[in-house]
Amino acid sequence: MKSQTAETKDLIEKKLLNLPLIDVKAFVEKNVIPYYGDDSFLEGPTQRTTTLWQICLEAMLEERYKGGCLAIDTETISSITSHKPGYINKDLELIVGLQTDELLKRAMKPFGGIRVVEGAVAERGLEVAEEVKNVFKHTSDHNNGVFSAYDDEIKQYRSLGILTGLPDNYARGRIIGDYRRLALYGADELIRAKKNDLKAVNGVLNEHKIRLREEITSQIKALKDMIVLGNSYGLELNRPATSAKEAIQWLYMAYLAAVKEQDGAAMSLGNVSNFIDIYIEKDLEKGLITESEAQELVDQFVMKLRMVRHLRPGAYDEIFGGDPTWVTEAIGGQFNDGRTKVTKTSFRFLQTLYNLGASPEPNLTVLWSKDLPEGFKKFCGKVSIDTSSIQYENDDLMRKTRGSDDYGIACCVSYQELGKRIQFFGARTNLPKTLLMALNEGREEISGKKVLQDISVLEGEYLEYEAVMENFKKSMSQIAEVYSRAMNIIHYMHDRHYYEKAQMALIDSDPGIDMAYGAAGISIIADSLSAIKYAKVKPVRNEDGLTVDFIVEGDYPKFGNDNDKVDEIAAYITKFFSEELAKHACYKNARPTLSLLTITSNVMYGKKTGTTPDGRKEGEAFAPGANPMHGRDTDGAVAALSSVAKLDYRDALDGISNTFSIIPKSLGSSREDQIENLSRLLDGYFELGAHHLNVNVLDRDTLMDAYKNPENYPQLTIRVSGYAVNFTRLSKAHQLEVITRTFHESL
Amino acid sequence: MKNTSTTGSGNLIANLQKAEALRVHSIETFGTHDGPGIRLVIFVQGCQFHCLYCANPDTISIDGGTLMSLDQIVAKAKKQKPFFGKNGGVTISGGEPLLQRAMLKELFNKLHKEGIHTTLDTNGKVIDKQTKDLLETTDLVMLDIKHINNDWHHKITRLSNVNTLKFAEYRESTGKPMWLRYVLVPGYSDQEEYLHQLGDHFKNYKSIEKIEILPYHKLGVHKWEALGWKYELEHVESPEITSLKKVSDILQQYFRRVEVG
Ligand code: SF4
Repeated sequence: MKSQTAETKDLIEKKLLNLPLIDVKAFVEKNVIPYYGDDSFLEGPTQRTTTLWQICLEAMLEERYKGGCLAIDTETISSITSHKPGYINKDLELIVGLQTDELLKRAMKPFGGIRVVEGAVAERGLEVAEEVKNVFKHTSDHNNGVFSAYDDEIKQYRSLGILTGLPDNYARGRIIGDYRRLALYGADELIRAKKNDLKAVNGVLNEHKIRLREEITSQIKALKDMIVLGNSYGLELNRPATSAKEAIQWLYMAYLAAVKEQDGAAMSLGNVSNFIDIYIEKDLEKGLITESEAQELVDQFVMKLRMVRHLRPGAYDEIFGGDPTWVTEAIGGQFNDGRTKVTKTSFRFLQTLYNLGASPEPNLTVLWSKDLPEGFKKFCGKVSIDTSSIQYENDDLMRKTRGSDDYGIACCVSYQELGKRIQFFGARTNLPKTLLMALNEGREEISGKKVLQDISVLEGEYLEYEAVMENFKKSMSQIAEVYSRAMNIIHYMHDRHYYEKAQMALIDSDPGIDMAYGAAGISIIADSLSAIKYAKVKPVRNEDGLTVDFIVEGDYPKFGNDNDKVDEIAAYITKFFSEELAKHACYKNARPTLSLLTITSNVMYGKKTGTTPDGRKEGEAFAPGANPMHGRDTDGAVAALSSVAKLDYRDALDGISNTFSIIPKSLGSSREDQIENLSRLLDGYFELGAHHLNVNVLDRDTLMDAYKNPENYPQLTIRVSGYAVNFTRLSKAHQLEVITRTFHESL
Repeated sequence: MKNTSTTGSGNLIANLQKAEALRVHSIETFGTHDGPGIRLVIFVQGCQFHCLYCANPDTISIDGGTLMSLDQIVAKAKKQKPFFGKNGGVTISGGEPLLQRAMLKELFNKLHKEGIHTTLDTNGKVIDKQTKDLLETTDLVMLDIKHINNDWHHKITRLSNVNTLKFAEYRESTGKPMWLRYVLVPGYSDQEEYLHQLGDHFKNYKSIEKIEILPYHKLGVHKWEALGWKYELEHVESPEITSLKKVSDILQQYFRRVEVG
């Protein structure tokens, strides 16, 4: 089946060659004007922007006051064309469009799972309209589909928390539509191209081709719906945009269509700033707009992105700390031809953090290259220190490893070539729990339930490294197999019941796919195995023979101190698990990838995982992403970063997340030094081949005060494992976890 | 209180200098306050002084710490090079590095071979041939002046400042760069007349690029307790912003650059 699919794909690709070319990348490369200067040209917000933002702030305050949800439309199933146009204040808005007819009113997108929607609505004391409920008496949703195919083993893994957060009852997200296409070509041309694609899928029809024909047809429908959506706001989306304002508006409409149709866990924007810059530069050159007006357009666009909402159940908010939408925008980076992708609009996007204040959304991600213009590096440092709202990813590494220089960041940290490839999101497996099962003959450490087969009893008073490793590897292999089964079912069903037609309409037909597996708790694994190898670890077992504690005799190297002895264990396990996952064929011939990422669920994982051999007690939080466990890195930040940098990106192509929190003074004594040192820190970290870094520059005192007096910090933003969150919206347990996490406080 | 007289520790120091290693208290890989740029800071073990306010009293005894070979340190520094940029490098601090000066000369030579910038953070208590040799390979000296007045210097450190001033004089004669560091302790080192005297003493030094005022703090008090030593500055609080400003104004009359660390 595998080879057949590949063959079909070749066939289609060949036929596509004759078609009118949709090539945004070429357009950007040809027209972009790189910017090498500093931030002195930037403008503050206009009166209009400030007034408009004030309305948004007040609405958000009311939203918070109402428990995190302002209003819900319980009558309508959301679609691209479901709602009448909505405005914040029509006279002040330069960029229009809301998901529903009112600011912050949430819409129901029940095809991920009607039950989750019903629950979320009920939590707010409301009820889903009968009419909507009736629809699902006659049709299935994604959630239903998945569970009709799941086997008992997958269900057991899920309920015991071995596999967690799987997108089996909510929308998978992660797909990035190439929203630039609508602005550059207009919907008519895109429809024409899709119709040609459809024609090209002919001949003997196998399952793949039939599905593809159905998909393209639904994409054409979505493009037509976008035209209708545009018309309702008085916009002619059928034709290409002709000005900066239109380009931003068109692009936003394309994104709006996506977030009206889908409530994916993360719906990134891509890499739009330098695309937009081309239009802005043209208008500036023609004297049609001033710098202040250019900034105003960007401010208003970003304001709209900040107002995107999805209807989520309370439990979801608790895990993720508020309701993130992950409108991730990648900024900066280099072209493969050596030019920088930094434009003035890269600066303008970051400037929104001053003009509108700090915010978790959009999730601004700087693609860092050693060759970025120094002026831009400085500005990034300044913005990081002032707002803690940016994350950094290694552009040199990603371009070299993945190939294309035209990419966005899906969700938190994952590379995704724009318009050419997509991702199938798959949350993650709990590695420390896997290790504990390896130590308990395959039984889950808390329930005692038998999960894994053929895991031998570990004899002897002390744990013996070789024997533990053998069991652990066996355990990982079995888990990889079940994990892959679950993922294939999930994505088959998502395609079938909740296909992302609006986003896919802006992506090449039949794109390449990455299957995005994940793993949590790598630092616990490294330390646990290091303890077993270099110290003596005696398991303490209860009457059922389950490990409840571990006595560690002697010292051992810990992850986060740039010590190869332990860092190599972390790298090896990552590689091993990655290779195990790669052994299993994926639905739609997707390519397996792995992430070391927890988002904010490191606290939740900790709660559900028993005591581990590294001395972490039952219930204690994991470190986020690939971070060293807090308090175990003793030699300062560079050593901690160097350990994480040893994890090989090629073994975790979906991303290796690291969160770095530091008090401003520890970055340097003067502001100048702080900015300079942050740049050098990023240069150094990424030169070592590291992938991602969240940067928080905050005082522990500030966080303590925000913990005690949240009302004083409505916009306090911090970065956690791949995205930014509003600190005061994290659960209290999570807030404390963030505060106790290693702050690099050298004096 | 123990092992702090210079005579008593002579043998141990001699021993230390035989091995191709440094006696190290701890390291900080992201040093941003001990010289320019991002620095690998090696805090060495042992000090002749016994400052009333020492924030790292556990570095005073020359018995503690762990041995780290010079090659180990060089390897660490080399690995960390991507972080150094144009300005960063290695700083040896303490404790008092000069106790291991012969070995440091070796280390600095090795670091120079790797193109790594070297900084020495010292109290300047020893000024002999070996120190002078070390200073040859020291790109930047950060000299801690505890007090300009010898009586007060005694009161603060138990020893005299004569050598420290000689050390400064020697560095000046080499024409190579030096920063001064001055811990400002209310009631001990903030007397106006002595601040003027300090300025006056150094005003013609060309090698001094800047003076850093380090406001006294109590973050190390728990370490005194852990050692079972009595902390005598319990009653002294960190200097007020206004007093820092005043001191900085005075010093600005004499120094090119005054920074508050
Ligand atoms: S010179 Fe430095 S290390 Fe030595 S006692 Fe004084 S403060 Fe402590």
